Amino acid sequence: MAILRVKDVSKRFGGLKALTDVNLNVEENSVHAIIGPNGAGKSTLLNCLVGKLMPDTGSVLFDNNSVLGLEPFQINQMGISRVFQTPEIFGELTVMENMLIPIFAMRDGAFRMHAYETIAKEKDIVEQAEAMLVEMNMADKREMHAASLSRGDKRRLEIGMCLSQNPRLLLLDEPTAGMARADTNNTIDLLKQIKDERDITIAIIEHDMHVVFSLAERITVLAQGTPLVEDAPENIRGNPKVREAYLGEAA
Amino acid sequence: MFGLNKKDTGLLIIVGILTLLAPFILNPFPADSAMAQFNAGYPDLMQRFVIFGIFAIGFNILFGLTGYLSFGHAAFLGVGSYSAVWMFKLLSYNVIPAIALSVVIAGLFSLLIGYVSLRRSGIYFSILTLAFAQMSFALAYSVLSNPKFNLTNGETGLQVYADDPQILQGANAPDLPHLFGLPMRATYTLDIGAWSFDFNAGYYLCAVVMMVVFYLAIRIFRSPFGMMLRAVKSNQQRMNYTGLNSKPYTLAAFVISGMYAGLAGGLMAAMDPLAGAERMQWTASGEVVLMTILGGTGTLIGPVLGAGFIKYFENIFSKINDNVLHSWFAILPDGLEDAVVFIIHPFIGKGWHLTLGILFMLVVIYLPGGLVEGGQRVSNWFKRRKSGADDAPSGKTEPAE
Amino acid sequence: MDAILLQILNGLDKGSAYALIALGLTLIFGTLGVVNFAHGALFMIGAFCAVTLQKLFSLSFQTIDETQTDFLGNPLKVETPYVEAWFGPEVGASIIDWSVPLAILFAIPIMLLVGYVMERGLIKHFYKRPHADQILVTFGLAIVLQEVVKYFFGANPIQTPPPEALNGSIDLGTMIGFDPNAIIYPIWRLVYFGFAVAIIGAVFSFLQFTTFGMVVRAGMADRETVGLLGINIDRRFTIMFGIAAAVAGLAGVMYGPLNPPNYHMGMDFLVLSFVVVVVGGMGSLPGAVLAGFLLGVLESFASTTWATTTIPGINQIIIYLVAIIVLLLRPRGLMGRKGVMED
Repeated sequence: MAILRVKDVSKRFGGLKALTDVNLNVEENSVHAIIGPNGAGKSTLLNCLVGKLMPDTGSVLFDNNSVLGLEPFQINQMGISRVFQTPEIFGELTVMENMLIPIFAMRDGAFRMHAYETIAKEKDIVEQAEAMLVEMNMADKREMHAASLSRGDKRRLEIGMCLSQNPRLLLLDEPTAGMARADTNNTIDLLKQIKDERDITIAIIEHDMHVVFSLAERITVLAQGTPLVEDAPENIRGNPKVREAYLGEAA
Repeated sequence: MFGLNKKDTGLLIIVGILTLLAPFILNPFPADSAMAQFNAGYPDLMQRFVIFGIFAIGFNILFGLTGYLSFGHAAFLGVGSYSAVWMFKLLSYNVIPAIALSVVIAGLFSLLIGYVSLRRSGIYFSILTLAFAQMSFALAYSVLSNPKFNLTNGETGLQVYADDPQILQGANAPDLPHLFGLPMRATYTLDIGAWSFDFNAGYYLCAVVMMVVFYLAIRIFRSPFGMMLRAVKSNQQRMNYTGLNSKPYTLAAFVISGMYAGLAGGLMAAMDPLAGAERMQWTASGEVVLMTILGGTGTLIGPVLGAGFIKYFENIFSKINDNVLHSWFAILPDGLEDAVVFIIHPFIGKGWHLTLGILFMLVVIYLPGGLVEGGQRVSNWFKRRKSGADDAPSGKTEPAE
Repeated sequence: MDAILLQILNGLDKGSAYALIALGLTLIFGTLGVVNFAHGALFMIGAFCAVTLQKLFSLSFQTIDETQTDFLGNPLKVETPYVEAWFGPEVGASIIDWSVPLAILFAIPIMLLVGYVMERGLIKHFYKRPHADQILVTFGLAIVLQEVVKYFFGANPIQTPPPEALNGSIDLGTMIGFDPNAIIYPIWRLVYFGFAVAIIGAVFSFLQFTTFGMVVRAGMADRETVGLLGINIDRRFTIMFGIAAAVAGLAGVMYGPLNPPNYHMGMDFLVLSFVVVVVGGMGSLPGAVLAGFLLGVLESFASTTWATTTIPGINQIIIYLVAIIVLLLRPRGLMGRKGVMED
């Protein structure tokens, strides 16, 4: 069953066709990678999925509900969490608070005037956050300000924040961009672990072939705003069309 | 205690004791001594300390937590004052309905202004609130003061007249603001030796109100809601992608701080039953901004400290004149004495605003964390000196909350 | 018809001041990304340049004229301005008479210097700080400048009359075919409007036709890219700040005869100029100018007896009302680019 269906999505910016008739299905509990050369429309597509951009035509269905025209927070409440290219975390808040916020958001919805009881009183939520910190291997950093974490830890924290909401779909936007090799490998291991341990669908937009081929079960190659091929990783590697559009350009 | 952790309870108790004993603490000098001019323990000034404290505590909930810099909060203070005086005119001189109405009206007014202003953020928001405040000022000063419809009594200011209905005013009730018969002006003076201490009913009413709203502010700071407000300041994008709608959070903070301002305005009218448009001017909004940043934005105690600091020095500086200066520097040689007085002269008396402006700039430039951060720096420095050179300097100051 | 035209004309002088201040605000915001709450103070300093020059020209020495006596019968003391002594009575008198226009020459170097010192000494350190800090520090500076001027010049407005030749009014209506006395218009207002148009024209052609202006415009559009090209953009922005200060200052110099300068005039204009910038569209220079004149004219219409009797005091709040409506219906302002400051 496809959890995310993108149908005939097109998007123009002035005279520039960013996306043309994109069709894409992400199967439930799979890891689906979207790759393509720079300017292929990967980011535009992602932004159409999360409510940041409104496509000109087409439809985007998540679990058979349309996400078009919804605000990002509404889409998140439906069960889609997004990891950004540069980690987006609450820098001025502590690591623990960073972890608490998404759990509160999951339980209390987009807004709740929860202004009288102290956080410490919410034992369930504090426990969940602590468990997630342990799972992310960050329990010793709980009182640190998130801004003072290392790049790799920030990424780890952001992924943990997304996972703490038990999303049905996790969107990753170039999660290893700008990372050193060691950090990249750590992130790959973390994602593999997530994939193995949870019932979760992961859609990943990536530039780094190493990451894509270590994780993905299905790959869509985007070129000039339109899907070129969609296949299993082993077939993508040898596909001459892809080589020409993408790997050829890289080589 | 009180559902707070140890540190917060301690802070609350200390502030409580200080406010309770303020008449003693603020009058450390004998009444007839030369130093008596530095005393601040008279009712009028003490009331201003706590009332502006309330104003700043509320402002800090918006600016300190969400980072939205409003330049129009004086409008809510003014609205609170007008509401309270209207209550005096229509109902009675009892302060309870007056204060209650001022909070409600200021809340509604801030809901309206907040709803429009919060469609923008950053500088746009600051400019919008500034424009709204100036508009409110113009409304109060002239538009809503004409023979056909006189809501504010314009330049003269709104006050109670003998022919006002005052339908609930009992025959024996005092003819000035009172709390169930206890006049706000009632003052008991205690003389101990050369010292003299004033205990004023109005001050204690304000002090109790301040303690209550200070307690509520601590609860807000420590609640999930308070954490969400800090998240607004930190990263709205992440918030939005975490399933949270930042708009109602910010609006709620705006309205709460507007209600605090209205409460302060209501109390001001309760101490002196008069409301004027000048209370709404943007300079008044600027003053509360300064109190908050001077004390320490986003800290619990900062705004109270800032309000006290500014109101105290405003009072002292306005009282000092050249004669006073000459008497201070009399020990210096004549020429030098005149020179010193000449240099200081522009900053005292009517020059208080100049001092205030300079202070404003110095704080923003050198001490963005305000007095609280300054205090921490000093105490860290002492700690380091005490523990000796073996202790590596941490170099990092955690903002107090 | 003539009544409408009269109101439009009446709005032009305030509109000119709004447009000039808003132009400078937009230049500074667009290039440096700083919201300058002290910009009104620059306008005020300009006006006080004229006041100062007038005072300097009027500096006098006393002589005793033995041929005349005062009402007590003592020899009459005569005050003679130095300029009259140096250049002869007639030239001297006309120098004093023309002190406001002459103050333009006096104000340009002063304003450029003030702008330069402000940018290098203070604003520069705030580029990387949050907007709130920029607002706060310039706000503090505005108070300081205002209070310093108050200290030296007092709290009362100071008369700065226009030159005799440009004082009084002309019957503008008869020149364009209306009945006599239909449109009586003070000459200085025309002068002010013409002056404002000239300055706006100069600023725009400077930005349009010089390489310097081209770089600045490119910098306004995309600061980082221009920086990457190896162009020393910061230096140019400093100069831009000086120019913006000079524009505000000149607007102030010439404004004196319309309304005697006082120390808080800058703040009064600043708040409205911000509204003008918002209505015009943050970052849009033509928008700032257009909105400045539009709102000036609108305010003038709202000041007519008809308007103020219908809605008392409408003239005082009309600009704010318009701003709110514009922001709700078209958040980016009249001419703002899409996506600029829309959050």
